[in-house]
Amino acid sequence: MSNIPSDYRYTKTHEWVRDEGDGVVAVGVSDHAQELLGDLVFVELPEVGAELSAGEDCAVVESVKAASDVYCPVAGEVVEINEALVDAPETINSDPYDAGWMFKLKVADQSEVEGLMDASAYTEHCENEEH
Amino acid sequence: MGADKKTVLNAVHREMGARMVPFGGWDMPVHYGSQIDEHHAVRRDAGMFDVCHMTVVDLHGERVRDFLRYLLANDVNKLQTPGRALYSCMLNPEGGVIDDLITYYLADDHFRMVINAGTTEKDIAWLREQAPAFGVRVEPRFDLGMIAVQGPNAREKAGPLLPEGLREAAAALKPFHAATDGEWFVGRTGYTGEDGYEIVLPEAQTEALWRALAQAGVRPCGLGARDTLRLEAGMNLYGQDMDETVSPLAAGLAWTVAMNDERDFIGRSALEAQKAAGGIPRFVGVLLEGRGVLRGHQKLFDGEREVGEITSGGFSPTLERSIGFARIAADAGEALTVEIRGKQLPLRVVKLPFVRHGKAQIEI
Repeated sequence: MSNIPSDYRYTKTHEWVRDEGDGVVAVGVSDHAQELLGDLVFVELPEVGAELSAGEDCAVVESVKAASDVYCPVAGEVVEINEALVDAPETINSDPYDAGWMFKLKVADQSEVEGLMDASAYTEHCENEEH
Repeated sequence: MGADKKTVLNAVHREMGARMVPFGGWDMPVHYGSQIDEHHAVRRDAGMFDVCHMTVVDLHGERVRDFLRYLLANDVNKLQTPGRALYSCMLNPEGGVIDDLITYYLADDHFRMVINAGTTEKDIAWLREQAPAFGVRVEPRFDLGMIAVQGPNAREKAGPLLPEGLREAAAALKPFHAATDGEWFVGRTGYTGEDGYEIVLPEAQTEALWRALAQAGVRPCGLGARDTLRLEAGMNLYGQDMDETVSPLAAGLAWTVAMNDERDFIGRSALEAQKAAGGIPRFVGVLLEGRGVLRGHQKLFDGEREVGEITSGGFSPTLERSIGFARIAADAGEALTVEIRGKQLPLRVVKLPFVRHGKAQIEI
């Protein structure tokens, strides 16, 4: 079973969201997602300043196997991106929830974050997908 | 496509931590943790692949050589000593590729073929359609397992695990030769660009050999590494780089078509017509200059003009760049771009292979 931190929120498409305070959240992809993708070799990040809507495809992660879109979990403005991933995409494989964060958003509507799945709902979601 | 078929090693793969995926109707390991580490193990040391899903077909008959000279685009008369192997395409009358395969000359009345898993059914039907005219008996060997052991240290690690009666002969094998002992069969062949063996053996003994190889330090490798290794080695994959609608002349396989003499073989007249008409597409290696990953069916451009597409693409762990094969118009230039997610990215056309015996063959 993959690792699912209890204090993060999750989407059905396997992004995670972590509260950074001051209305800012960090976004990445879950351990389950990186495991399914296999060794990552390329990451394309959104631009700082981009206004994203919830569900918009805003980044790409490519593994040795396939390219996969990353969908923005909640609406907001990109305030920071993790440039280190461009040279070391494998960081997402080794540390998906911390060093593997992809971008930070200034959230437009905090209630959207509350509406995402919590760890137990996401655990159930992953289990259902495997069957 | 479902994945109901399982090789005899299925449970062992799961036990060794494999992630399993459906592949041509089979449930196969894609990797056992890291595809890139498995790739490097084969380039630098030794790795092994479950290739039990591929099919061994024995061909028996007095006129089996004549049969194969008619059936295959390459000429089995190049095989003059028992144990020698030949890579060839099997064509349809239109000159399209039914399959690519390796044929071994074992005795004057016995040749052996190893064919692809996904094409097995249609290949056997085709063989059985053509064989009666030559009195040849087609015998698929579903009772045999097959393990490929590849890498610079593969032969040294696998050698002591072979049956005693086969060890000396196996150690003496030249590339593209095979030795047999009873139902065991060892060829110095592979699909990685490295030295190694492909070992055919009774299904019941396959698991024991796999475990013994693992004990000897041979790393289990999945289909993922098999694909990046063959891509770096410049080797075609059936169904991606060519199929029944593609001529071997447009798939980088002209070197496997023997038509300098008068030999009649299936597909010959179609290939002659293609040559006479000219304008046969080129099949080239391509390297993505910047970041990104090449994938099959991405479109290639020479300026504004679309000139072809990627047939196989991926990330090369050895070069740490994305590489691929492409089929492009005969008159396309060398300065091409590839369209990835709406952007045009510069490509370099390069000579294949990208990597051979652990060493990069092109400058980055």
